[in-house]
Amino acid sequence: MGASTMDSRKLLLIVMILGLCQIAKAQSPTYGVGRTPTAEEIRAWDIVIGPDGKELPPGHGTAAEGAKLFVVKSCFGCHGQTGSGGPAPTLIKSDGKTKNPYPCLSPCVNDSNVMALRAPYATTMWDYINRAMPLTKQGTLKPDEVYALTAFLLYKNGVIQEDEVMDAQSLPKVKMPNRDHVALAPEWKHGTPRLQSYP
Amino acid sequence: MSSKLSGRRGFLKNGATLIGLAAGAGVVPAAGAQMASPSETPHDDAALIAYGQRSRYVKSIRIPVMERMSPDDFGMTFHVTSPLQDSVGIITASSLHYIATHRGSYLPDINPEEHRLMIHGMVDRPLIFTVEDIKRLPFVTRTHFLECSGNRARPSHKTVQESHGMTSCCEWTGVPLSLLLKEAGVQSGASFIVSEGAETVKGSTSVPLGKAMDDCLVCYGQNGEAVRPQHGFPLRLLVPGFEGIYNTKYLRRIKVVDQFYMTYNDYGHITTDSRVAALNRQIGPKSVITFPSGSQKLPGPGLFEITGLAWSGSAAIRGVDISTDGGQSWKPAELRSPAYPMAHTRFGFHWKWDGTESVIMSRSTDELGTAQPTRAEAANYWNKPNDKNFNVPGTDNTVFPWRVAADGSVHNGLA
Repeated sequence: MGASTMDSRKLLLIVMILGLCQIAKAQSPTYGVGRTPTAEEIRAWDIVIGPDGKELPPGHGTAAEGAKLFVVKSCFGCHGQTGSGGPAPTLIKSDGKTKNPYPCLSPCVNDSNVMALRAPYATTMWDYINRAMPLTKQGTLKPDEVYALTAFLLYKNGVIQEDEVMDAQSLPKVKMPNRDHVALAPEWKHGTPRLQSYP
Repeated sequence: MSSKLSGRRGFLKNGATLIGLAAGAGVVPAAGAQMASPSETPHDDAALIAYGQRSRYVKSIRIPVMERMSPDDFGMTFHVTSPLQDSVGIITASSLHYIATHRGSYLPDINPEEHRLMIHGMVDRPLIFTVEDIKRLPFVTRTHFLECSGNRARPSHKTVQESHGMTSCCEWTGVPLSLLLKEAGVQSGASFIVSEGAETVKGSTSVPLGKAMDDCLVCYGQNGEAVRPQHGFPLRLLVPGFEGIYNTKYLRRIKVVDQFYMTYNDYGHITTDSRVAALNRQIGPKSVITFPSGSQKLPGPGLFEITGLAWSGSAAIRGVDISTDGGQSWKPAELRSPAYPMAHTRFGFHWKWDGTESVIMSRSTDELGTAQPTRAEAANYWNKPNDKNFNVPGTDNTVFPWRVAADGSVHNGLA
């Protein structure tokens, strides 16, 4: 009886040790291929800005500064003098009186869906201006300039006041007009139809 | 050496001429043209030995979508369709694979030796891989389709290339993304990854972590060679069954995060209805008849082989049914290819056409038992009238009709 108890304890111990080995195995790399990036490499590459804005760099900008940059950086060349009426997507909702002479390129961005009014988070605007603009000169805008251009577009579309300063703290807090009108897809699960009950 | 070769070729040419003369001399008049050996293809020997090309008589080409020409006013390639009407089997030649760039980007010229893939964010060990590093890891080869969410048949479309040409299927080779993520050690609390490309606009997309750990691949191989530049050279993410834009090309970074990141690509798909969001994410069971299809013509009544492609973003194709009477009755088609999960599957169906106007259509069912809906069923689900203005919410996988007129000409059945 006593021996049998000892055996059970020994067995339990072995099982526990094996279990710990399994955890240790799961937590260490199997192949050891690749190298560890430096903190500086991660900082330089990490340009994606989430809705809470925690990746936003230091800096600040206002609509007035952005208005100047809209000219200096030649944004108007593709997006139109007033932020509409150009061959590229409309950035500022127009007064509706002037017809855009250009065909609205697919995906069509016009008065009905300008980004400042449709995006649920201002961070998406900052992120895209920073990563993708100006065309052929991507990556040349400084953080202050991206804050200023974002502030300019938000102000001209009536989302913020002219004197509001956009920075890493204020930008994620901007109450976007479309913030509460966006639905995300339900959690994805392996081996399930894309939408239950859809014919 | 070269003079020897040309001498031999000269002999062969003369031989061919002799045979041609003999045939032409009336020995076998009816079969003469087939008996004669064809003349030599005009070509650059060295170039063709190094890398082959198709016959100059084969004219099948990709065509930009009508809604935005490619190259556009900015010199960018937008969306380009694959010639499905000429397709055979289930593999799309890399050079005929549809192209889509969601927000416009120039084709990047990436030196693979300089390319890097970084995995970081909510991981225990951030990692940077070279392309050579990736190739050292255990790989898999799988056949998967890609389809753009804009692949939507409209009444104005004349051909299957216009109505369905933004889907293609290739054999892809790469490392499971789950392997790379396990190597980095995903931390608890993570729920999404953000993938990012190296092209000018650095397109990025949020992918559910569950999908990332399931069957996604970091690919360097496409149809037996390196991934083509138009499809993401040197590394591209494959998210099997998910709408095209999830499949990030020129993959340079994967960040593990704790929420949907609402990137610009994500933003392009936003909707007010979570059901539409689900239908936009994963491609439904779908199929289309590629022969006979729009702008083709049947020579007259008789036996024909209806053929086409079926695919589902959820599973493998289980079966395809064909109607030749506008959906009143259905008969099973034969699957004429392997049915891989999330891959084009080729079907065939003997049809004896009696020469009267007929509406032909295909309907696929996947291994989950989900069937492709008709437009009427989709309209009924959304409580919308089923008319020409009905725009199917999410990616459109509805049954598509071709109308075969009495003269054998084939037309869009939605028109």
